[in-house]
Amino acid sequence: MSTASRQRFDPGAAAAEATAAILRDTLHGSERGVVVDSPPGAGKSTLVVRAARELAAAGRRLMVVAQTNAQVDDLVLRLADKDPELRVGRLHSSDGDAYDPALRELPSVTLSAKPKDLAELPITISTAAKWAYVKDAEPWEHAIVDEAYQMRSDALLAVAGLFDRALFVGDPGQLDPFSVVGAEQWAGLSYDPSASAVSTLLAHNPQLPQHRLPVSWRLPASAAPLVSRAFYPYTQFRSGTGPGDRRLSYGVAGDGSGPDRVLDEAAESGWGLLELPARHTPRTDPEAVRAVALVVRRALDRGAVTVDEQSEAPTALTADRIAVGTAHRDQAAAVRAALADLGVDGVTVDTANRLQGREYDLTVVLHPLSGRPDATAFHLETGRLCVLASRHRHACVVVARAGIAELLDDHPSTEPVQLGVTVKFPDGWEANHCVLAHLAEHRIPWKP
Amino acid sequence: MSLLNTLARLEAVRAGRARPLATVRHRHLSERPLVLVPLTTAGEAGAPLGALVGTDPARPRLLVVPQPRDRDLRWAFLADLADEVLPYVEGYADDVERVERTETDPETGAKSKVEAELCLDAPQLIVPSRAGIEYVRLLGRSMRFRRTAEEDPENPYPAPSRVPLLGRWFTHLGERSRVPGASMLLSATELLGRHWATGQSNLEDQHLGALLSWIVPPEGESGAEAALRAELGRDRDGQLLVPPAGPATDPAFDNKLLAPAMSRYDAARSGDDPRAVARAEAAVRELVAEQMRPAWRAVWQSLELLRTLPPGERAEERWTRDRWSYTGHRDRVRAGEPPQPRRDDAVTAAQKLATRETEQVRLDAQEALDDPLVMAGRRLSGEAFAGEVTEIVMGWTESKRPSPRPLVTVATEDRPQLAEGGGKVFRSLEGRPQAAQFVRFEEDRRLIVLRLLDKMGRGREPEPGSVPEKGDRVCWTLFEHDARGGPKLPDPEKTPWTHGGPPGSRAAAPLPDTVTDEDIL
Repeated sequence: MSTASRQRFDPGAAAAEATAAILRDTLHGSERGVVVDSPPGAGKSTLVVRAARELAAAGRRLMVVAQTNAQVDDLVLRLADKDPELRVGRLHSSDGDAYDPALRELPSVTLSAKPKDLAELPITISTAAKWAYVKDAEPWEHAIVDEAYQMRSDALLAVAGLFDRALFVGDPGQLDPFSVVGAEQWAGLSYDPSASAVSTLLAHNPQLPQHRLPVSWRLPASAAPLVSRAFYPYTQFRSGTGPGDRRLSYGVAGDGSGPDRVLDEAAESGWGLLELPARHTPRTDPEAVRAVALVVRRALDRGAVTVDEQSEAPTALTADRIAVGTAHRDQAAAVRAALADLGVDGVTVDTANRLQGREYDLTVVLHPLSGRPDATAFHLETGRLCVLASRHRHACVVVARAGIAELLDDHPSTEPVQLGVTVKFPDGWEANHCVLAHLAEHRIPWKP
Repeated sequence: MSLLNTLARLEAVRAGRARPLATVRHRHLSERPLVLVPLTTAGEAGAPLGALVGTDPARPRLLVVPQPRDRDLRWAFLADLADEVLPYVEGYADDVERVERTETDPETGAKSKVEAELCLDAPQLIVPSRAGIEYVRLLGRSMRFRRTAEEDPENPYPAPSRVPLLGRWFTHLGERSRVPGASMLLSATELLGRHWATGQSNLEDQHLGALLSWIVPPEGESGAEAALRAELGRDRDGQLLVPPAGPATDPAFDNKLLAPAMSRYDAARSGDDPRAVARAEAAVRELVAEQMRPAWRAVWQSLELLRTLPPGERAEERWTRDRWSYTGHRDRVRAGEPPQPRRDDAVTAAQKLATRETEQVRLDAQEALDDPLVMAGRRLSGEAFAGEVTEIVMGWTESKRPSPRPLVTVATEDRPQLAEGGGKVFRSLEGRPQAAQFVRFEEDRRLIVLRLLDKMGRGREPEPGSVPEKGDRVCWTLFEHDARGGPKLPDPEKTPWTHGGPPGSRAAAPLPDTVTDEDIL
């Protein structure tokens, strides 16, 4: 982006304008619902916290619905951090370790497994699964539904009777909800229980105002254009920082090995593709897994430091700021074991599903199609690649076997078209090609 | 497909015959199943061509529509089918036991024990293939909304009296067959495919003849050769040696044999010789019967093969759910309720999906607990582990009345995906799950230390047999042994605004395939 266009586009102002419009519709609008689409790292959590505080300040009794206990705990902590006076109820299940023990330290937070204990509080937060068991309660005036695109339609059906009006916030590019059993018989119905909550909501209420957060504060200038083009072609967004605002460098020069060269490339350009020779492998491809572990090990050994817009002084890149993303749980387990063999501790290793909503400085991704003989709908799913490619603040290294482009060409999408189902753009095939074409410019062949 | 199933398929290729995927039978088989082999007419949706149906392998009832485009003949066929199927289905309705079940009062939410009727057994319909199940569902849909002369005297084309009822039962069986583990409507190919792995693809396994060739190949021939012949072999006239198990017929049969026979039947009908009509009809009947007989025999052969496996312990518990389902539909029919609606409303759809997901979890767990071979697959994928108990260290809770919390060390070669931080694991103790908490790995993950949590009685000392002893072989799973149902959904009349409000309200969205201007040219 040139300096001139940066002056015309002020990310802070654009984001503030969008937020103001969202809050206006939420607090003073005439419709029962407001939908907000948020690309990766666009300040969704900040928006939820702000909307919650303003709704509480306006005297509206508020319930907040999130999808996982970790998301709920995170929201409670953020709320308490922003406003230690605001009284918040955390509704949890009666299992022993249902919530983060850190919540017990917060004086403004009431913890309970019984909705009656929390009925008088201005804000009550819980998971959709727990809310579904709340019966015969006085309806809440307002609700905020977080990660609404990852919530299933049937989960919304179970809780929608609890509130009058709602703000739905989510990222349409992440993984769609899924079902372990077939749900084709309802495909095309507006209330298909296996579809996302937002698609059902909008099918029945097309007049609801829809907003979009236009700026990603997480993704660096090197990543936002690609992620936007590949996964959000019709609702483009920009990065909040410009080129050069974020820098990744190493204290020790590279030794010319594959992992070091790909780390150098990633520091330089924000992206790196470490390409292993083409080969069909089992899911837990030992060579690729080891390559992933080596990249992480070298990043730590070489004393990586980051510079960003929030702190001018360079910060050492520690293990807790690095994540490894995979498609399958057994791959994640294999990477964890490989990292343990190399003596690396404290790095997050998880599947795309579990990395949703998380943020790191450096990510290392085992490509979902690496070493596969076929490209199934699971591996082609747009959201999976989008989550894996949009968790980083500085750089993303992808490890893959050669031959993915040919694999894609051999397996065009063949999912049956269902009447009444909105075709999702872009499809995973197109998005995969788009990302691959970009990664090819940052390709480093494997050399131990 | 799990790694173990892939291995079984590779072994099947090498051995030239199918390999077992199970050591027990994972589906209930009725003492007296009703086998139905339907055929449909090419190019005309839902126009049956014929069927073999019955409970006696030696004496099937043959039903044929000599001219499927003649709707009177079609309805006569369906009336005959109803006469054959309904007495069988209704035959289970009156043998009941009284059982107690817990019901929740919709007003107060209070739970109370209610005595209810449960049918002692339920009907079981077996069709040759997956497509056969779809066909039963299609026939159900085409029949259940028809009105009989008694219901609607004005109707110029009333349906024969029992046909709508058959439609309702077929619809019920079709819906029930979508529930994982349900056994009221099963296909022979899926039953065999669950218990044996062949050396061909899943798609090829849809051919019942080819599938059986892999499981019981003829003397001196490999399964692959026999399967290929069953799938593609043709005689001198170009007809398949093993006709497809339906409901679709082979095009060569349609063109060369069936179409000319039907033309002769049509020609005879336009004449005035009743004997010529009877002769032409008999010719069509014989042709269609010849197409169905191999599938009829193959289905019974499949059932015999499956009966050689001992029944899985928990398959009977799942069959009880089928009996409940049968009893429930019997009650709805008796209460004079209308047929199942064309489409599920939002609440019903969500309820069905929730039930099926619960049943899938339950089925996966129960199959593994019933069958060491299935459990081996779960162990291989890190979801379970088995091994020998090497040490027991007694421990107690730190409360006023201490409860036992012994530490159990298990030596295993499995690599369970246990994470530091303590997940729960379960083992089956006399059929009931006992929980333990994962404490730590020792000796490079070869030893696993667990803390037992429950099923040890109320006293300070655990009850005899509730704690494993040194040297015992134990198998622990990371998954739970039973599935919990989900929360109660709102009543359909209280469907929220996000889902279009109650059914029939104006807020409900239009159906996706309504008639538009473009449909009417």
